[in-house]
Amino acid sequence: MENLQHSEIITQPEKVIEVNKLVKRFGHFTAVDHISFDVEKGEIFGFLGANGAGKTTAMRMLCGLSKPTEGKGKVAGFDIEHQSEQVKKSIGYMSQKFSLYNDLKVWENIRLFAGIYGMNDKDIKEKTALLLEQLHFEKERNVLVKSLPLGMKQKLAFSVAIFHTPEVVFLDEPTGGVDPATRRQFWELIYEAAAKGITVFVTTHYMDEAEYCNRVSIMVDGRIEALDSPHNLKTEFEAHNMDEVFQQLARKATRKAD
Amino acid sequence: MIKYLIEKEFKQISRNPFLPRLIMFYPLVVLLIFPWAATYEIRNINLCVVDNDHTTYSQQLTEKAVSSGYFKLTAFEPTYQQAMQQIESKRANVILEIPPHFERDLINRQSANVLIASNAVNGTVGGLSSEYMADIVTDFSSQIRHEWQQTGKEPPSVPTIEVVSQNRFNPFLNYKLFMIPAMMVLVLTIMTGFLPALNIVSEKEAGTMEQINVTPVPKFTFIFSKLLSYWLIGFFVISVSFLVAWIVYGFVPAGHLSTMYAFAGIYILAVSGMGLVISNYSDTMQQALFVIFFFMIVLILLSGLFTPVNSMPGWAQWVAAFNPLKYFIQVMRSVYMKGSGFVDLIPQFLALVGFAAFFNLWAVISYRKSN
Repeated sequence: MENLQHSEIITQPEKVIEVNKLVKRFGHFTAVDHISFDVEKGEIFGFLGANGAGKTTAMRMLCGLSKPTEGKGKVAGFDIEHQSEQVKKSIGYMSQKFSLYNDLKVWENIRLFAGIYGMNDKDIKEKTALLLEQLHFEKERNVLVKSLPLGMKQKLAFSVAIFHTPEVVFLDEPTGGVDPATRRQFWELIYEAAAKGITVFVTTHYMDEAEYCNRVSIMVDGRIEALDSPHNLKTEFEAHNMDEVFQQLARKATRKAD
Repeated sequence: MIKYLIEKEFKQISRNPFLPRLIMFYPLVVLLIFPWAATYEIRNINLCVVDNDHTTYSQQLTEKAVSSGYFKLTAFEPTYQQAMQQIESKRANVILEIPPHFERDLINRQSANVLIASNAVNGTVGGLSSEYMADIVTDFSSQIRHEWQQTGKEPPSVPTIEVVSQNRFNPFLNYKLFMIPAMMVLVLTIMTGFLPALNIVSEKEAGTMEQINVTPVPKFTFIFSKLLSYWLIGFFVISVSFLVAWIVYGFVPAGHLSTMYAFAGIYILAVSGMGLVISNYSDTMQQALFVIFFFMIVLILLSGLFTPVNSMPGWAQWVAAFNPLKYFIQVMRSVYMKGSGFVDLIPQFLALVGFAAFFNLWAVISYRKSN
């Protein structure tokens, strides 16, 4: 009996992110206009949109970096407006701009962020060794982060963001400026994380990457114009690939890119 | 959590190509070079003498002026007009004109006049050099009376009354003793007020601040970890300053070191609060630097570091009342020179505590982790 119940719980989709009519205004400008969506546990959720469509603003609200003007949102079961500190404990975040400490070594960056999330010295040490081995970074352990090549920096930033095994990790254009081979390796890391049950919320401009996601939402002028699996979207818009879907939707945009 | 953050600060400071050197050398440079340069003692004043008397006494007076060390005899001129040309061509700063019959008048009437003219284009030099010269002349006349008394030459008629001025607490008017405690305040202000402010703004610029903001680091732990690191540096720097003052200048505070450390602690709180406020309102290093530069000049000029606050016009004194530097400079000078204890410094204590509370409260209110 107990086993049965258990499996029932697993098959029931658990919502890690719930967003209901979220709005963000800066003066008269509405950056995010009543967006609503849910993201399930373990899902890789692609958050697409042209530059200036409001992706980063929406993501910043979900991370507790920015307060919503209207609407409700929950991340990992916590209200993003009133429980932003609890939200922060349950998420990882990798910003568009590389933001580990350039003047700290690889292991020191890992130690710092792990320590901030409340891990103890012993756990940090063990897990660091494991991580460096997985990434094949053993030789770079004592290298200052600023002297790493971009691809390595991005992989490290992602690994640091999920080091404390958060429930959700937010990735803001994580593969910008990275070569195709490294991008592929990066997506392998994302799949590994998702397999461990970490929900991945990722924004990107690369439409081939959109194909890797379980579900994709496309934002145009602050609103979500489409939200479904890449397969369904292609059927709906009678397109061969995600790029065509995106082109059809992005053409509707009236807002200028920033 | 804070352990990891402090560890990070010290690693970063030690790897910075500039900061460790600044921390080591700035106090040394300020204390070793500044007191020699920033002094009101005026020496090597070029003196032109017009001696119309040519007697033993007139020569003695000239010699006395030169041997005082303040004056350098550059010319003897036969007339005042010619001496003025020396001043106009900037070869001389001061003219001492000894009138004819100087010796005779001095002996017969027990008084004689000399003329002191100084170039007052630079008011300070002009004023001080004529004051020095007047002192020398007064001294000279009392010396002569003394000689006369001993040789019995003095006519019994005129009793002499001399005004004795005494410089309390700094008997030799040593400007270094006056400047050094104030210099320590300057060093401490930069180390604990403005360096952490710039450091915080640099994290904003680098984007690492945002990365920290999405972590569960509580609102103040992050800032506190920075401040704490710079406070430690501040105490290190002020200890070095005390040592330099003692080893190089032989200055030992007349009061207790503990009084100065206690006040330094409160002062550090106040200026780091001020730095935080600046960092909260600045998004770039450039912006922060300009604001700091602006305030630094105003704060220093209105602090009494160079010019006494009491001789400023009323409005400037009113502005200076809101300057934490002023109070801490007062504290340092009076502990070093007069040996003041805590009880003598209660007004300064209250002012500094007020500043610390005000700036830190403002910093707390203006600091936002999200917007």
